[in-house]
Amino acid sequence: MRVALFLTCVNDTLYPDTGRAVVKLLNRLGVEVDFPVAQTCCGQAHYNTGYRYEAEPLARHFSDVFRDYEAIVTPSGSCGAMVRELYPRMGERARAEGRGDTLATALAPVVPKTYELTEFLVDVLGVTDVGAYYPHTVTYHPTCHGLRGLGLGERPLRLLRAVKGLELVELPGAEECCGFGGTFALKNADVSAAMGADKVRNAASTGAEVLCAADNSCLMHIGGTMTRLRTGMRPVHIAQILASTEEEPAA
Amino acid sequence: MSGTFVGMPAFPEAAREAVHDQTLRGNLRHATHTIRAKRRTAVAEVSDWAELREAGKRIKDHTLRHLDRYLVQLEESVTAAGGTVHWAADAGEANRIVTRLVKETGESEVVKVKSMATQEIGLNEALEEEGIRAYETDLAELIVQLGKDRPSHILVPAIHRNRGEIREIFAREMSEWGRPAPEGLTDTPAELAEAARLHLREKFLRAKVGVSGANFMVAETGTLVVVESEGNGRMCLTLPETLISVVGIEKIVPTWRDLEVFLQTLPRSSTAERMNPYTSTWTGTTDEDGPRNFHLVLLDNGRTDTLADEVGRQALRCIRCSACLNVCPVYERAGGHAYGSVYPGPIGAILSPQLRGTASEIDASLPYASSLCGACYEVCPVAIDIPEVLVHLRERVVQGGQVTREGNKVVLRPAKGHAAERAAMRAARWAFTRPGALRTGQRLASRTRRFHPRTLPGPGRAWTGTRDLPPVPAEPFRDWWHRTHGGKDETK
Repeated sequence: MRVALFLTCVNDTLYPDTGRAVVKLLNRLGVEVDFPVAQTCCGQAHYNTGYRYEAEPLARHFSDVFRDYEAIVTPSGSCGAMVRELYPRMGERARAEGRGDTLATALAPVVPKTYELTEFLVDVLGVTDVGAYYPHTVTYHPTCHGLRGLGLGERPLRLLRAVKGLELVELPGAEECCGFGGTFALKNADVSAAMGADKVRNAASTGAEVLCAADNSCLMHIGGTMTRLRTGMRPVHIAQILASTEEEPAA
Repeated sequence: MSGTFVGMPAFPEAAREAVHDQTLRGNLRHATHTIRAKRRTAVAEVSDWAELREAGKRIKDHTLRHLDRYLVQLEESVTAAGGTVHWAADAGEANRIVTRLVKETGESEVVKVKSMATQEIGLNEALEEEGIRAYETDLAELIVQLGKDRPSHILVPAIHRNRGEIREIFAREMSEWGRPAPEGLTDTPAELAEAARLHLREKFLRAKVGVSGANFMVAETGTLVVVESEGNGRMCLTLPETLISVVGIEKIVPTWRDLEVFLQTLPRSSTAERMNPYTSTWTGTTDEDGPRNFHLVLLDNGRTDTLADEVGRQALRCIRCSACLNVCPVYERAGGHAYGSVYPGPIGAILSPQLRGTASEIDASLPYASSLCGACYEVCPVAIDIPEVLVHLRERVVQGGQVTREGNKVVLRPAKGHAAERAAMRAARWAFTRPGALRTGQRLASRTRRFHPRTLPGPGRAWTGTRDLPPVPAEPFRDWWHRTHGGKDETK
């Protein structure tokens, strides 16, 4: 299977460890991964801030880069939801504006074959035990676009429960938004910070060492709040936990 | 009600104070979390909830699509049943009609059933100017009115108040409006309720005119429906000689059968009850029972303009249950007042900028008062995709475009104050359609990382005021990939 890694612009720039973890994990499971270097950004920040017309060329570029792969895997619930949920909507809007089917047609091929990482593991590869080892106490925060957009459900938890050495503790108020919300974090900084602080307090109350999620942009906000509040916890992307083994353990 | 929303600052500014008010945060957290949990249980009991939700959505969409036809049918039914129908294009016209109708009775006071439509048009203030006193009889509305406050929730307008504050308001203000609070009033719920009961009873027995809204209007029979918990609404609907109901035109359902869906979904979504204690229905006037005169004022006030927008019109499906407020993490921290409207929370953030337009600072900021977490859409009993409409309205703010105002198509210009953001979005689009430019930027960031400040100046403070910046790695992923997986670099 020709699988492409869509790492996302945020991960590429700020969280290369997550990208390396996805490659290592998928290789270990026998999947050959390509990283098409022409990839950039899915356009989510533009679209969600109201700049749909600026997002359109980015979506077209995404489709040009990825359309020939059999599967596109991304370690981000929100970027995955952008492609799966919002690309079709962008096509519909263009049609409703009398601009014909060109955008919808251009974007259609990538929509059904884009998978968030845990979906790809559980639904496409059919594995929940990925042979990982991670001897730490972990609590899991389901990020909103993964939870309510893609409907990831129990998939990430099933994967985490199968990790050797990992003790999973429940996060109180898990399904509440952490307050990141893309440009919301800047435009409504006070409310965003209050939501972040509540999320961090809930996480700290579990006594876990690690807060795990499937989206680094949310973890950037939660992690930045954690160090500011000096909780001693650390944010870790689920890919890094699943990639960790006894031979090569991750922190 | 003497509080007003006119001249409100933008949402982020209005929310700032609430976020740092620990009492308010505590009141809101307690109230929203309690009702949130109860709603979940009440909804989980219904095995066909998803079907009911879909049915409610379809009934509303069908009615809105044929609103012209159903409105005329309703007018005929109400008239045939002995009522009089008035049409109000906007708030001013509705207020003038109600004022005239009250004056024609020769009365100078009215008792009110809890009603969002009359709050929306500022009816109490308009009546006050004409020397007519309007008494709110819903317990929470009474608290708000006595406290010279503004409502902060659709269903529980005094949600921002705790028992101690309510006791204070009753003890201090009741004597100004009528029967004073009993001596030695404490903050136990039973005593507070009894104080309100005694205070209100006097008004019910004296009032000759009642003013209400309605949750539903049944086109086939001309029947209006009010659902409530306290029975105070029932008093106002049955005791006065004249009843005036002000109702938004989107509140129609075609038939009684359609009520079957909403009378299940509304109470469970709003108060988390299987059935609300009082459901009052009335059809015109009935000889020797209830009001002798019934007037229905049908209110547009921006609804037809909203209906013209194919993405935004779904907001008109709203049945005012307030489940979206109770589940919203932003509402929980910012409180209802920050939304600058009688419609707070997620539904307010999509209704107000449509009913009022996006010209004012507060209305232009409301579409951004959300992290787009989607919890509101998930709980909405008529499946309004609130995040979709929020993003649509953000487009309207920053890109402008065609909208309908007072029935005319007009082209909005992009809002001012977004110039820097617009330039940044364009620059990002430019870089993101050129992988080489993105890589150059990433390398620059990585190579200068030792010099990155921990805190940012200017607009960057919005991030670093409360959060540390993530460290920039020594190399971006794509450079690692190139080093380890080789191959030709297509981005050169």
